[in-house]
Amino acid sequence: MSANNCRAVKVVDIKPLGHSSPGEEIVELKLEYPGWESGWRVGQFVMIRPVSWPLDLIWGRPFSISNADDTTLTILFQVVGRGTKRLMELTKGDSVNIWGPLGSFFSKPKDRPVLMLAGGMGIAPFCGYVDSHEQPENLKLFFAHRPPLGNYPYKALSDKVEVEDIQETKPEDIQTIIARVEALVKEYGDKNGLVVACGPTPFLRTIQRAALKYGVDAELSLENRMACGVGACLGCVCKDSEGHHTQVCTSGPVFKATAIDMEG
Amino acid sequence: MDMSVDFAGLKLKNPILTASGTFGSGLEFKRFGDLESLGGIVVKGLSLKPREGNPMPRIAETPCGMLNAIGIQNPGVEDFLTKKLPKLPWKTLPIFVNLYATDAAEFGELAAVLAGEEGVAALEVNVSCPNVKEGGIAFGQDPSQITKVAEAVKKNAGNKPVIIKLSPNVTDIATCARAAEDGGADGISLINTLSGMAVDIERRTPRLANVIGGLSGPAVKPVALRCVYQAVNAVKIPVIGLGGIATAEDAAEFLLVGATAVQIGTANFLRPDTAFKIAEELPKVLARVNAKSLDEFRGSLILPK
Ligand SMILES: Cc1cc2nc3c(=O)[nH]c(=O)nc-3n(C[C@H](O)[C@H](O)[C@H](O)COP(=O)(O)OP(=O)(O)OC[C@H]3O[C@@H](n4cnc5c(N)ncnc54)[C@H](O)[C@@H]3O)c2cc1C
Ligand SMILES: Cc1cc2nc3c(=O)[nH]c(=O)nc-3n(C[C@H](O)[C@H](O)[C@H](O)COP(=O)(O)O)c2cc1C
Ligand code: FES
Repeated sequence: MSANNCRAVKVVDIKPLGHSSPGEEIVELKLEYPGWESGWRVGQFVMIRPVSWPLDLIWGRPFSISNADDTTLTILFQVVGRGTKRLMELTKGDSVNIWGPLGSFFSKPKDRPVLMLAGGMGIAPFCGYVDSHEQPENLKLFFAHRPPLGNYPYKALSDKVEVEDIQETKPEDIQTIIARVEALVKEYGDKNGLVVACGPTPFLRTIQRAALKYGVDAELSLENRMACGVGACLGCVCKDSEGHHTQVCTSGPVFKATAIDMEG
Repeated sequence: MDMSVDFAGLKLKNPILTASGTFGSGLEFKRFGDLESLGGIVVKGLSLKPREGNPMPRIAETPCGMLNAIGIQNPGVEDFLTKKLPKLPWKTLPIFVNLYATDAAEFGELAAVLAGEEGVAALEVNVSCPNVKEGGIAFGQDPSQITKVAEAVKKNAGNKPVIIKLSPNVTDIATCARAAEDGGADGISLINTLSGMAVDIERRTPRLANVIGGLSGPAVKPVALRCVYQAVNAVKIPVIGLGGIATAEDAAEFLLVGATAVQIGTANFLRPDTAFKIAEELPKVLARVNAKSLDEFRGSLILPK
């Protein structure tokens, strides 16, 4: 039998990024690396639940692995509700139960152009994507966001790869984002590139539509509400291309755009 | 302390089982502990034909608990028997199959499929699911239906013990427990989830697509304990207690009111090794409260004079 994969690790560092407004802070959480025997892949996620949480919060919370090395694992999260609010109260040295790495991961072709499409906190996995890619010159990041760029790890990414962003400040901006995303997806299809995407469902739906329309190779990372994270509760399902329910936590979170039905 | 349990002729290593729908097929939890350290596992509800289940969202977190309306999504009994069961250590770990059907005849058919399966230790019959339109709770609230289903399953189950899983959403749990016993059940398990609801005042929508779901987790434990206590006193067949058990102390509470074994459900989501931890801790807890043996402790509740 292999070692128990649910492990307690300590908080190494926790700090809000930039100057986010109270109640919607974006936080960088660094944990001790959980000593995973078989490593991890970009796009996979973890479930975390602080040891000190009372029974009041019954589930762990799923987060993309933003980055990791031999000693630390980094998660980026935005405060959106009661769990993330309490995660923000963690301090250095606190213990957190973590299980993972979970789920599927993004492809990392060596010599094809790759377009990374990130919406809001969907930027998280691309930190690890960029750092682990052998030819970052083949990568481009397009980032759609509401809070200012300074609240995200955007600057660090822009030092390493080509970047472009659109900030959504008014409802009309959504149309601009949709149009730009479509154009970019088509462009990468034309040059036999790969599109990898992470963000809110409407953002991913736009990408899926464009990818299917232009026949572009695309991979989408879904974020459904999760209770177990390991395929057992069937609370996180999406529809596959044949209309059957499948677990996002184990069949995904990263799916080929052709493999799922996001319209139903 | 010897933790082994005889449950309706089945020998269990210890009284800790996992609850249907919270532990998948068991295989999902292999990376968090030794499955064989458990008394047994109860797999996700299975029906004759595959079921897609309810639309999303299907789960909502509530204070000290959760609501679910999965709707018994499952790949069908055949798929389980051919793809999952062979991978489980069934020779050394009792596998309880949880059955779902929409009428007594179909329950009987399902039992017949399972009766000859060497790897299946016992049948747990779900007559208490609040999340499906047909069957489920409709049976669970009608004692005469409970008896009918128990009879139909028992008739076709060969030598496999039959456990009827009861709903707490009834006015008199003792009557339901007796109805299962009358139908020939070898045991009962309770509780299934409590019918419940959650809404979002900003969106003005229910939090579950199914509107109503089943409440589980520590929030339901006092209700579960009361139901188990009443059921134990109503029947002679053994009772499996569940509902909100999150620690070995919680498990001991159910044993104290007379449960023969217990199941760990929603607490598996607190951390995926919860059931293994409880199995490990229970002997220590019993020793701490000066239990001479599991049998001495079971049902030893001292009532006020
Ligand atoms: C595979 C995966 C990876 C994720 N990676 C990240 C990440 O890197 N950074 C990050 O900030 N967030 C990420 N999320 C989303 C994150 O899990 C949720 O924001 C978090 O669970 C919310 O918890 P809460 O208790 O604060 O919110 P709740 O109080 O439960 O809900 C508050 C709001 O958040 C929404 N919400 C709740 N759970 C989820 C969920 N699982 N996904 C999407 N929305 C949800 C609710 O609909 C509600 O509007 C990821 C989700 C998944 C499934
Ligand atoms: C996500 C989920 C799925 C469930 N699926 C089933 C099922 O398929 N069959 C069944 O008999 N009970 C099912 N249940 C009920 C549990 O087995 C258990 O009776 C109930 O949750 C109470 O125990 P708990 O508080 O320990 O979770 C499910 C519960 C949950 C939370
Ligand atoms: S979160 Fe439980 S099955 Fe995916």
